[in-house]
Amino acid sequence: METNHQLKRADFIFKNENDWKDVLKKNINRPPHELINELISSELKGRGGAGFPTGLKWKLSAEVKSDIKYVICNADEGEPGTFKDREILSLVPFKVLTAMAICGYVVGAKEGYIYLRGEYFFLKPELNKAISEFEHYCKEINLDFTIRIFMGSGAYICGEETALFESMEGKRGEPRNKPPYPAISGYMNKPTVINNVETLAHAYTIFTYGAKRFYDLGVQYSRGTKLFSVSGDTPKPGIYELELGMSLSDFVNDFGDGDTKAVQVGGASGFLVPRKRFAETTIGYEGKLIGISLPTGGSMMLFNSSRSMFNVLDNYLEFFREESCGQCTPCRVGCQQLLKGIKAVKTGEKNAQHLDKLLRLAETMQFTAKCGLGQSVANSFSSIVENFREEMIY
Amino acid sequence: MGKNIKITINGEVVEINEGTSILDAAHQVGVIIPTLCYHKDLCVAGNCRVCVVEVAGQKRLSPSCATPCEDGMEIYTNSVKVRNSRKHIIELLLSEHNADCTRCYKNGKCELQKLASDYKVMTDDFIPLVPFKHYTIDMFSPSIIKDDSKCIRCQRCVRTCAELQGVNALTVAYKGDQMKITTFFEKAMNEVVCTNCGQCIIHCPTGALVERNYIEEVWAAITDKTKHVIVQTAPAVRVALGEELGFEVGTRITGKMVAALKRLGFDTVMDTDFSADLTIMEEGTEFLSRLKRALVDHDPEVKLPMATSCSPGWIKYIEHMYPDYLGHLSTCKSPQQMFGALAKTYYAQARNLQPENIVSVSIMPCTAKKFEANRPEMHDSGYRDVDYVLTTRELAIMIKQAGIDFMKLNDMKFDRLMGESTGAGVIFGATGGVMEAALRTAYELVTGREVPFEGLNILPVRGMEGVKEASVLIENPLKEWAFLNGVTLKCVIAHGLVNAKKVMDSVISGEANYHFIEIMACPGGCLGGGGQPIPTSPEIRAKRAAAIYAEDAGMPLRKSHLNPEVLKIYNDFLIKPLGEKSHHLLHTSYTARKRY
Ligand SMILES: Cc1cc2nc3c(=O)[nH]c(=O)nc-3n(C[C@H](O)[C@H](O)[C@H](O)COP(=O)(O)O)c2cc1C
Ligand code: SF4
Ligand code: SF4
Ligand code: SF4
Ligand code: SF4
Ligand code: FES
Repeated sequence: METNHQLKRADFIFKNENDWKDVLKKNINRPPHELINELISSELKGRGGAGFPTGLKWKLSAEVKSDIKYVICNADEGEPGTFKDREILSLVPFKVLTAMAICGYVVGAKEGYIYLRGEYFFLKPELNKAISEFEHYCKEINLDFTIRIFMGSGAYICGEETALFESMEGKRGEPRNKPPYPAISGYMNKPTVINNVETLAHAYTIFTYGAKRFYDLGVQYSRGTKLFSVSGDTPKPGIYELELGMSLSDFVNDFGDGDTKAVQVGGASGFLVPRKRFAETTIGYEGKLIGISLPTGGSMMLFNSSRSMFNVLDNYLEFFREESCGQCTPCRVGCQQLLKGIKAVKTGEKNAQHLDKLLRLAETMQFTAKCGLGQSVANSFSSIVENFREEMIY
Repeated sequence: MGKNIKITINGEVVEINEGTSILDAAHQVGVIIPTLCYHKDLCVAGNCRVCVVEVAGQKRLSPSCATPCEDGMEIYTNSVKVRNSRKHIIELLLSEHNADCTRCYKNGKCELQKLASDYKVMTDDFIPLVPFKHYTIDMFSPSIIKDDSKCIRCQRCVRTCAELQGVNALTVAYKGDQMKITTFFEKAMNEVVCTNCGQCIIHCPTGALVERNYIEEVWAAITDKTKHVIVQTAPAVRVALGEELGFEVGTRITGKMVAALKRLGFDTVMDTDFSADLTIMEEGTEFLSRLKRALVDHDPEVKLPMATSCSPGWIKYIEHMYPDYLGHLSTCKSPQQMFGALAKTYYAQARNLQPENIVSVSIMPCTAKKFEANRPEMHDSGYRDVDYVLTTRELAIMIKQAGIDFMKLNDMKFDRLMGESTGAGVIFGATGGVMEAALRTAYELVTGREVPFEGLNILPVRGMEGVKEASVLIENPLKEWAFLNGVTLKCVIAHGLVNAKKVMDSVISGEANYHFIEIMACPGGCLGGGGQPIPTSPEIRAKRAAAIYAEDAGMPLRKSHLNPEVLKIYNDFLIKPLGEKSHHLLHTSYTARKRY
């Protein structure tokens, strides 16, 4: 079984956008099932957080009978410190538009939307220009597909796909119950494929070079490359395209400042990995071989020994307490209790055993919260409290 | 109907229709799952999460109210994981809750309290969050008290106001720990589009939304020897009060209710049914005169269709939402307000009482009637026509406070003068009832014959469909009404304001051409009113409706124009429908209001 513990830079995403017309024309002349199989065999997984196999998502939507279907590009990019989707949309917008149109062709959708983060309104004029050029070409080749931009409302939760639909429908951005899943009933209760910006950019790569090229990168369960937003205590913060499957030690060797005590993988909803576990941790999607999964948009935050892990956790919990949509009990009240709870332990109002109660609470939140936000609070909470318990108490 | 599938619940095999929720499936086999945000009248929200269950093979728990059964599902409703999670969730809710149950109006009737009691949540693992929050208690409305410190954010009220009423007075604002239920721009409840219908109250699981109660004021009046306290009881109260006092849903307890009111110390116990019959006389006459003005005089000013005006929630709704159409409303006051105006005039004279010494109380299935009684124009007797409005629930509280063993009471009859009623007055309590009562009288006035429906039962206007249409062909009318010969009267009935909107929009678009519209603000009509016993559900409302129609069927008189006390008041006091006195005491005007 192959593993790949070497850190390898790659350069696919921001390259070679100019051939988009050929890519589009070539692919919409292939039968849809062939395109779906291409995606499935590439093993591309969603880059927006949940890591759902993209080919399967398109297939599910393609199989539903409906006159109206939608393709939505999720460009809400709300994770603090990440801006990879912004870079893709400003540098290679045609890749994203092309992949959306191919998706529309595959599933039978004629309308596409880009849900653009409110703070990215400055991208809108350029993006609209690209869209009109793109739509013009679609007409030329008789492809019935339009794309519109929908400006987001500024709430982090609106990046969650079903809250995003609610927001687009003019309602309050609150996640829906699943099932039904978007592929069956999404925006306007119609079958909807929703993909992250980066996912679509990778799909473009696959439709340009074929599945094998993509599949050959990365490791089992985690194929291809991924953009990482590197921040924190690092001499070289920025966006990097790396092959999936690297070991965290390699990553820290390359990006750390020599004193890295822990890395938060995957932002606020991700996991904190302490130094003693760098070597056994591989960066990729969940799978048998791999120590840790890669949630959300690929944020990698390094902490050196000057950092208080209590403060780090405190910050994350503040974020969740504020950004929870507030509708479901475990998340709304759970976040408040976790935050108040660690402070009470720190000040001595509660004894250290309270941390164990909070760990159990975090587990309940994971089991019972309505959406990914509340379900993933336990990731950072438990990994920080379990690995840095003393820092929480003293 | 989906296909049949097999699932297991706690090891027991269940055959069920595909798509049934886990919650419903469990109920069908006698497994109870606690719920808070779920309500049969509303769409599924799935936000409280107390209903979670374990599905084999899934790491996360599933909200049973929101999860459809799938073939082969293995469901566990009482596993360790479920129990621990459920307890956590209840503890979380309580940590955010101002749980001073002993001083809470909902004490003993609260779904959250019941859960806490069932699950014996006795730990204090979590930090009380109430001291860190700024909760508001809104007491500005004459009908509703909204106490955010008792709110569990289940959004049942929001869904009620939107889905059943189409009013959207309540909304969710802010996010995270600040998330709360509020109004547009967080204005007070008396300054927004709220119709005071109270549907949100009867759908709220906790004490966060309750009626503004006037129990102490009424006790004070009863105790005051200088006051003569007269009470009227609305038709729908008698088929629901029993639910609060140990009777099965749908039990008629009219006689016991009268006896209880007498024991409470009211000086006179009268019946709103009397003024319901009176309403039919006034409104029926008004309707016929509008028809005449339209069909004979071709008066362009006359507004048809004419809409009923006895539901004060509907009145406030149309004042806000369709202020240009107020001319379509009948000018008749509601039966409550007719009664009130007569109590301090006709009744005072007949009994030789000074009107200023009369306190007029009404027992209503309705919270909007509290607002109505408070309207500045409702002073036609020279005094406030109705002093206090109590809901069915408040009456039940007084009965309990007075130590009355309701079950053991012997039936008593209403007092005379304004206490006689007919079956027509009784059915005012159900959707379609006003229409049926009006047709029974108007048809007979016009043709000299009874309505052509077997046993006077006009079945097309009955039932729980949101919008019901009916038409009646007029043939061989009396000479005076010859112009109506061959005219088919088109009627429509709506209950629940979301259905009122449908009717109004179809009238405005010209798509429908009705003559007469009956609208009741609450689902099911007054029997499902916001002042009625909690809980409510489609089944409960159907049972109350059956009781109303049974009461009607059992009455010796079933047509308003045969009510002897109605005949007497026209003879002695009012002279004739739409006469000068009627005009002054029994009719009113409306106020255009803004939406925001
Ligand atoms: C709280 C929360 C926020 C999210 N924000 C984003 C986001 O900003 N961008 C994004 O692409 N996906 C976001 N997601 C994930 C989406 O719900 C969804 O899984 C994704 O758009 C699917 O696309 P993919 O399959 O291409 O990853 C978020 C999920 C959660 C729970
Ligand atoms: S988990 Fe949090 S963000 Fe998600 S629905 Fe519940 S309250 Fe809203
Ligand atoms: S709302 Fe319910 S739980 Fe809360 S104080 Fe009132 S009775 Fe107690
Ligand atoms: S006011 Fe009542 S119904 Fe509305 S959200 Fe709060 S608890 Fe639920
Ligand atoms: S009383 Fe009626 S209109 Fe007012 S908020 Fe409640 S449900 Fe809405
Ligand atoms: S009752 Fe199912 S989530 Fe509230």
